Amino acid sequence: MPSRRVLLGGAAASIAATMLAAPHVHAQARPRVVVIGGGFAGASCARALALLNGDIAVTLVEPETSYIACPFSNAVLAGLRGMEAQTFGYDGFDGIALIHKRAAAVDTERRRVRLDDGTDIDYARLVLAPGIDLNFEALPGYDAAAAEIMPHAWKAGPQTLLLRDQLAAMPDGGTVVISAPANPFRCPPGPYERASLIAHYLKTAKPRSKLIILDAKDTFSKRSLFEAAWRELYPGLIEWVPLSAGGRVTEVDPATKTLVTEFGSHKADVANVIPPQRAGAIAQAAGVADRTGWCPIDPVTFESRLQPGIHVVGDAAIGGAMPKSAFSANAQAKACAAAVAALLREREPAQPKLINTCYSLVAPDYGISIAGVYQPRDGLLAEVEGAGGVSPLDAATDVRELEAVYAEDWFRTITSEVFG
Amino acid sequence: MTWHDRMKDGRGRLSATVLLAALAAAAPALADTPVQVAAPPGAAACSGCHGPAALGSAIPSLENHAAADIAVQMQAFRNGERSATVMGRIARGFTEEETRAIAEWLARPEAERHAQP
Repeated sequence: MPSRRVLLGGAAASIAATMLAAPHVHAQARPRVVVIGGGFAGASCARALALLNGDIAVTLVEPETSYIACPFSNAVLAGLRGMEAQTFGYDGFDGIALIHKRAAAVDTERRRVRLDDGTDIDYARLVLAPGIDLNFEALPGYDAAAAEIMPHAWKAGPQTLLLRDQLAAMPDGGTVVISAPANPFRCPPGPYERASLIAHYLKTAKPRSKLIILDAKDTFSKRSLFEAAWRELYPGLIEWVPLSAGGRVTEVDPATKTLVTEFGSHKADVANVIPPQRAGAIAQAAGVADRTGWCPIDPVTFESRLQPGIHVVGDAAIGGAMPKSAFSANAQAKACAAAVAALLREREPAQPKLINTCYSLVAPDYGISIAGVYQPRDGLLAEVEGAGGVSPLDAATDVRELEAVYAEDWFRTITSEVFG
Repeated sequence: MTWHDRMKDGRGRLSATVLLAALAAAAPALADTPVQVAAPPGAAACSGCHGPAALGSAIPSLENHAAADIAVQMQAFRNGERSATVMGRIARGFTEEETRAIAEWLARPEAERHAQP
């Protein structure tokens, strides 16, 4: 690729290229950036690229015609919210070529994406935002068929409704078991927000019931805040079993809804198995995922460490200290769009700073948050020291109420920006 | 090896002056499009929470705030003079200079502030 040779050729050549390349970009065919995946990361990136003076042609490849958002889907499980509040279309994507097909393969030599109908799309740069795949090979007994009996509900949609309906059908006095995976996984506080809102539902509708979290970890995001709130709001209802107490689930049996751990087994009335995860399938197909199943990236450009010309944003990327969240995905996508545009214009990408904010609901009117600021350091996205952290443990009731309001308004704002 | 790593090797590094000269030379090609100003580090993330006023969110919109006003509020969040939920934790991640650049960018009309490099 000429531009790469030019970049290697030293300052003089780069300056010449910058002066010559920019008019070329405008006078002739616009360089095409293909974005694969229309979730928070991919949709944000496509829209940010399309806003950049219009000198980049943007194609967004997303098989579904609507997107069902994961944030707040735990409220759907607890009967507090309808799925329509989670569902977004792609109507406002002006200036973006939207293709509702599945990307099947990437030819990295020819810089070409192959769709599942055999169509090829050439790209100058490719952005992969495939989100997560559930790893149905990681937990014995747990495959796609088992997920119809013991739902994961970790991709919002039919799985969310299945788990909601199982909870609604469970008799009072039943046992709900949640299996939480080891790090890294999508939405680190998610299993614990889920436990909280299910506990809220049980306390309200089925007060003799119990909820057990079997965890492959010894700690988790916002743990002290969650545990304090559980003691206050749901005393005796939630039991958290950490790794060191035998919490790691090693096998499941969907026929009996049994979860087997290193120390014993738990028979559930409702079993929510959140299995280990990895980057979405196209990341493996394109060769940008490493042995961990996730995608190593340059923290300035989000360009893959394994395949030049391909950038990875959102949950699929190894984001260093940044959690796999919708907010992170949106912030990374905008920084990546700026870097992609800079590279196409032969300019030096700016060093980004990124922000994450994640709210969790412990009850409908009780919110807690974690925030962080990140910048590239030693080849990874690292936390800016002195910044970030979680809500105070001793906050007053009105602060918890305010954070619950902010949580909902954050969701309205970000979905309006990304899908609006 | 990525582009960024190559830059760290010192090969192909452009001085700020040279880069500015090159950008100035390239500018005429962009004359038929609105003038857009690059988002300084961190600025593009703000809209993840702070949306248009028309949304009616409890999280304040940053529309129609002067740059100086935004910078002063961020300073107050950073040193704890203004109480906050998340903003103190976020404001402490930015220097005064970075904060001023973000505030100036946020105060521009929307058409001028896309996340252009």
